Amino acid sequence: MIRLNGRIKTVVLFGIAIIFLIVVTMVGAFFSEAAMVTDFSRKDLAPGARYLFGTDWLGRDMFIRTLTGLSMSIRIGILAAGVSSVLALLLGTLAATMGKAVDAAITWVIDLVMGIPHILLLILISYAFGKGFKGVVIGVALTHWTSLARVIRGEVLQLKEALYIQTAKKLGVSNAQIAWKHMFPHLYPQFLVGLILMFPHAILHEASITFLGFGLPPEQPAIGVILSESMKYLAMGRWWLALFPGLFLVLTVILFDVAGESLRKLLDPGSVHK
Amino acid sequence: MIRMLLLLFFVSVAAFTLVSVSPIDPLQANVGQAALGAMSQEQIAKLSEYWGVGIPPVERFFAWAGDFFRGDMGMSLLYRQPVTKVIGVKLVNSLWLMAIAWMLSGIVGFILGILSGIREGSLLDRIIKGYSLVIASTPAFWLALVLLMVFAVWLKVLPIGLSVPIGVEASGVTIADRIQHAILPAITLSITGVANITLHTREKMIEVMESDYVLFAKARGESTYRIVKNHALRNVLLPALTLQFASISEIFGGSVLVEQVFSYPGLGQAAVTAGLGSDVPLLLGITVISAVFVFGGNLIANLLYGVIDPRIRRGGSRA
Repeated sequence: MIRLNGRIKTVVLFGIAIIFLIVVTMVGAFFSEAAMVTDFSRKDLAPGARYLFGTDWLGRDMFIRTLTGLSMSIRIGILAAGVSSVLALLLGTLAATMGKAVDAAITWVIDLVMGIPHILLLILISYAFGKGFKGVVIGVALTHWTSLARVIRGEVLQLKEALYIQTAKKLGVSNAQIAWKHMFPHLYPQFLVGLILMFPHAILHEASITFLGFGLPPEQPAIGVILSESMKYLAMGRWWLALFPGLFLVLTVILFDVAGESLRKLLDPGSVHK
Repeated sequence: MIRMLLLLFFVSVAAFTLVSVSPIDPLQANVGQAALGAMSQEQIAKLSEYWGVGIPPVERFFAWAGDFFRGDMGMSLLYRQPVTKVIGVKLVNSLWLMAIAWMLSGIVGFILGILSGIREGSLLDRIIKGYSLVIASTPAFWLALVLLMVFAVWLKVLPIGLSVPIGVEASGVTIADRIQHAILPAITLSITGVANITLHTREKMIEVMESDYVLFAKARGESTYRIVKNHALRNVLLPALTLQFASISEIFGGSVLVEQVFSYPGLGQAAVTAGLGSDVPLLLGITVISAVFVFGGNLIANLLYGVIDPRIRRGGSRA
């Protein structure tokens, strides 16, 4: 076997994670029709060669349902985490640059959001927006920006005092120029890693809130819906309805984590020679 | 302290605003379209009044907040009892669960973190780290489902749900029954809670073990046990404790999910029921109560800084 150095290993790991996630998303989206097909001639089958994850009480193929659900979760996760991270970037920068009053107000809001348990806040927000797809996306987006906003605020505060920024100011470079040319490149890696590491949380919370009945409607093959339906059939010994979709959810979340962490390592200049 | 009270006030304002803008019609959600159609205008008007439809939100908020300060959180619309009473009963159930899980996950997580951090890269470290990473990615409710499958359905050693046996009068419920019913939910919560604290403690521990003072202690020939006991423990304990007190919010969130799976009649389940059934007073009550717990936890964390770390004590209070 060829011995790879740490950096190449990380790149490979990152690539595998990303490719897997893209494939799941594409395949799931492609088969979304097939996930709804019911066939009573094949209901309640245990996992086998033909139906990898078995079938449910309506004869729906659990493997396809799982993939579709995951694909749904990933897309919601990307949407919500994307919105959330932009929010974090905006608020974090505003807090650090717009003076004391704005800073106090934004820090206050962060404390407020962090003060209510995530799940409860998600329930409240999802309730406020009439549950369903909109409720989930807005809910997840509004609850996940806080920690990244804090990081960015701290980072910008430090940057403002940095010598090269001060110099640029003295040289008469405009604020917009400083923000774009000098601050953004510095913030970018942190932002990107923060964004990717936000996905797993977003996905987990989407699944949880859907599981509780506040998220996606029951006719959608979402992971949360699948798992909450499986609860009714658990006592009858249909373990496959819960086991495999859950395992794949865990796998997806781990892979996002792996992708984020390897990206962090790659972008960290300290690890270049490993 | 004042800051906390203000924050609490704003939590209630935010929560109230959120439930007020909701387009969900409590009548439709609870009575159903068909039943509504069959009702007379008078009946509908009566029901609207019961669910508080049609009163301006601001007016409703002040009425609610005013009563709240007098200790009256209103009537739960679904349970048809005062919210304080519903929350009281549910809170006791949940506190059992959360307290056990909180302590267990804290202690186990801390120990695992130290064991794993003593020698970075050792087999033990890799096992513990891998375990924590996997658990951190596992949704609490799925873990609950799996444990339920294994212990209640497959091995049949533990009950499948609720906090007391079915069909037994309240007076006939023994402590053993209660414990038996709390085992699975508590274990689930503990397992999920461990991951965070372990990973955090491990990081700190690695930092400590690489420090100069530990190097010097090694050079003096101190044993690993003594190094951990004399040099590492205090340094690692502070951040761990802070994290553990700050994680009350997480434990609470986990308990909502876990209680749902085990049909455990606690605060979390009540919150879900209230949310699904548009029981606004109950939902608000639970939000404020849980926020009290979260803020309380943060406050304790801040105070503990001073107790454990003399440097901060000298620097004045941080809370």
